[in-house]
Amino acid sequence: MISFEHVTVRYPESSTPALDDVTLQVPEGELVLVVGPTGSGKSTLLRCVNGLVPHFSGGLLSGSVLVEGLDTRGHRPRDLATVVGLVEQNPVSTFVTDVVEDEIAYGMETLGLAPATIRRRVEETLDLFGLTPLRSRALGSLSGGQQQRVAIAAVFAAGPRILVLDEPTSALDPVAAEEVLASLDRIVHDLGTTVVLAEHRLERVIHHADRVVLLEAGRTSPLLDPADAMRISPIHPPVVALARLAAWDPPPLSIRDARRRVGELRRRLAGAEPPEPRPTRADPALTLSGTRVLRGRRVVLDRLDLTVEQGSVTALMGRNGAGKSTLLGAVGAQLPVAGGRVRVGAGQLDPHALPARERVHLVGMVPQQPDLLLYTERVADECLSADRDFDVAPGTTADLLETIAGPIDPTRHPRDLSEGQRLELALAVILAGGPEVLLLDEPTRGLDYGAKHRLATLLARLAEAGTTIVLATHDVEMVAETADRVVILADGEIVADGPVRQVLAASPAFAPQVTKVLHPQTWLTVDDVAAALGRSA
Amino acid sequence: MAGRRERLLHPAAWWLWGLGLATAASRTMNPALLLLVIGVCVLLVSERRDPAAPNPLRAFLVLGGVIIVLRVLITIVLGNGVYGDTILFTLPRIPLPEWAAGVRLGGPVALEPILYAVYDSLRLTAILACVGAANALASPRRMLRHLPATLYDVGTAVVVGLTFAPRLLTDARAVHKARALRGHDGHGPREVARLAVPVLETAFERSLGLAASMESRGYGRLVTSTRASRRLATALALTGLTGVLAGLYGLLDASVGGALGLPLLLAGVLLAGASLIVGASKEERTGHHRDPWSWAETATVCAGGVPAAVLVLGSVQGWDGILAPQTATLPPVPLTAVLAIVVAASPAFFTPRPRPQVDA
Repeated sequence: MISFEHVTVRYPESSTPALDDVTLQVPEGELVLVVGPTGSGKSTLLRCVNGLVPHFSGGLLSGSVLVEGLDTRGHRPRDLATVVGLVEQNPVSTFVTDVVEDEIAYGMETLGLAPATIRRRVEETLDLFGLTPLRSRALGSLSGGQQQRVAIAAVFAAGPRILVLDEPTSALDPVAAEEVLASLDRIVHDLGTTVVLAEHRLERVIHHADRVVLLEAGRTSPLLDPADAMRISPIHPPVVALARLAAWDPPPLSIRDARRRVGELRRRLAGAEPPEPRPTRADPALTLSGTRVLRGRRVVLDRLDLTVEQGSVTALMGRNGAGKSTLLGAVGAQLPVAGGRVRVGAGQLDPHALPARERVHLVGMVPQQPDLLLYTERVADECLSADRDFDVAPGTTADLLETIAGPIDPTRHPRDLSEGQRLELALAVILAGGPEVLLLDEPTRGLDYGAKHRLATLLARLAEAGTTIVLATHDVEMVAETADRVVILADGEIVADGPVRQVLAASPAFAPQVTKVLHPQTWLTVDDVAAALGRSA
Repeated sequence: MAGRRERLLHPAAWWLWGLGLATAASRTMNPALLLLVIGVCVLLVSERRDPAAPNPLRAFLVLGGVIIVLRVLITIVLGNGVYGDTILFTLPRIPLPEWAAGVRLGGPVALEPILYAVYDSLRLTAILACVGAANALASPRRMLRHLPATLYDVGTAVVVGLTFAPRLLTDARAVHKARALRGHDGHGPREVARLAVPVLETAFERSLGLAASMESRGYGRLVTSTRASRRLATALALTGLTGVLAGLYGLLDASVGGALGLPLLLAGVLLAGASLIVGASKEERTGHHRDPWSWAETATVCAGGVPAAVLVLGSVQGWDGILAPQTATLPPVPLTAVLAIVVAASPAFFTPRPRPQVDA
């Protein structure tokens, strides 16, 4: 189906190859998962399959990629459109039309299918992906999960035998992610489509995979059985970490498999108590009372009351579009408040009443696209300009960056950094202002487990030093690792609020893997379990 | 309405309507008539705008406003060759060297040249409003589907360009907000200059993303692509495009004059038509969901055609009040022209109303 023969890809600006002598055979009708840290060449590997690398990206490809017998050297991506469909990371930037139905028809129109065929397949595709109620909706008005499903449906409708997806669930809430994966499962099982998929959030996809390829610095493993791959992979979901701790072999990949083996571990943990939540100071660092926020004419938050204690880590969770980012925007004075009060910091000041120069020391925010905070062409310049922006001694930001991210070449362009490094740079910039309250909007999007773990450690250290942290996220495992308190929003209202253990354990959608496995015991992370067993994870 | 898609007017009808109204606007400098044209555009857009498409009318009107202000400022400083008696105030005159004798810098500022500048740029604003209205009434992307194969590739590029501009505004707003997070909330020119780099970078990245997506979805693929057929297609596309542009130029620029304008228009339409017909025989792309053409479409095109015809006739015959007088008095308002422009507002009442969409 897809065959890579000694493929090496080099980009001109880089000294090391992005892919290094990759040889791989993907058989027909399988769902293959590509696992690797950020910057290991996953996107390059996926884009090789339909010829975007090297036809579109530039760079030098040696060896050969054959797709259904067609060599990508002689066939441009557009010529392969009938064979391979590629769904890229950010669906919004790939939409060509305005309306769901037209977007699904677009690919078939360019391929020149007969109008009757197009009409039939549009209907079939709408049904298959559960999009019929949305068919005439504007693409811009859809939620993230719906947009992702439309993007997959639009590529799938053109009838490719192979579907390639880059991080299809990274930006989605757990429920929307399940919907997307269920659609994928259906086309693999019912229609025999071959799927190649890269995803950081292994806990969501690993049990759907037939085969796994491990990727590390451009080198691939052979096609592995998922359980074998998880036995050796440095990147693995919490359930696999738990299995390694409990010495289950082969490691279970789904919650269901793990629960079949959990009896003994649960007995050993029966006497132990999960660690007590960290005590926080009782002073409020953030008070919202009767807050009302509009977006355009739509009321997103109405009469919302929330108090956050100083030095705590609070996670805002909820569906895409529940009002998480809006809440952060209102606190960070990015969005105007239409009613009620917002008070921040020990002095309980109104951030909206302060000029931006003073506000940055009260409340700092890292937006969903950290790139928006970066303007210069070199990391070093970015740090110096942040020092000037926040009136701190030259070198402060650079030192912060070093502590957060480890050494980063200061001459690199911020846009050439990996997703995780860019986030760390933006975070260092914001922290240079020494804000009392730190707001993070979806900080784990595109981060691998290593970068996420570093972020969690950093947040714990900041909270220890008295910084109040509020993060909006879909990432259940990140919340389990970092947060003291969880607030769940639905349609702009707080539907659940409490200590992380209680809220996560009680919610079927938001429970982390370890909790699901050890239910009814309420353990959140592998680290907690390891500590209780008197061992390190 | 889960399911059946509402009926929208054929996009070509709206674009022809907009072209008609723009032609009418291009032939007059009477401020009353021009404001009426802008009013008709605003009315139509508020009544019948395509809910799935972005609404660029406001941006186009803002652009028009900026043009008016700039023109007036330039006229105050440099003059525009229109002579006036009504001196408003006098700026200090800056002497220029001999070789720049034709240029004046500063000096007395009269009302007449300023009025002329306002009327002239108001005309441009009205034409922009017509384009903006057509954009908002029928998304250019919907129009794209009705382009014949020869113009399709060029058309897609144009449409991507058209959607690029409004997205720049959205990006600029996002970057400006993010600047506040680093302690900058100024609005000065230096601040705007700082926005340029990140805004353009974001825009380029998005354009590359879109281009990659279109490439991998088969855009620009000719199923039987021999060298000869590809060359023929390119030649046809260029000829058709030249024809259309020449035609538009003849139609919209009154200064080309009847002697050159009409032949240019005819030649353009012929060229375009020929290349389209030849191109259509090579059509391989197929359409899904072609919009039907019924009486409402014909009536809409006529409603746009009436003011165009009346004002072209008026300007050729030299009716009073079609061209603004070069004196500081308000020109008379010809009733026929007013009625003709009001006719252009009628589609707001007889065309099918698009249903508003629920925001999710």
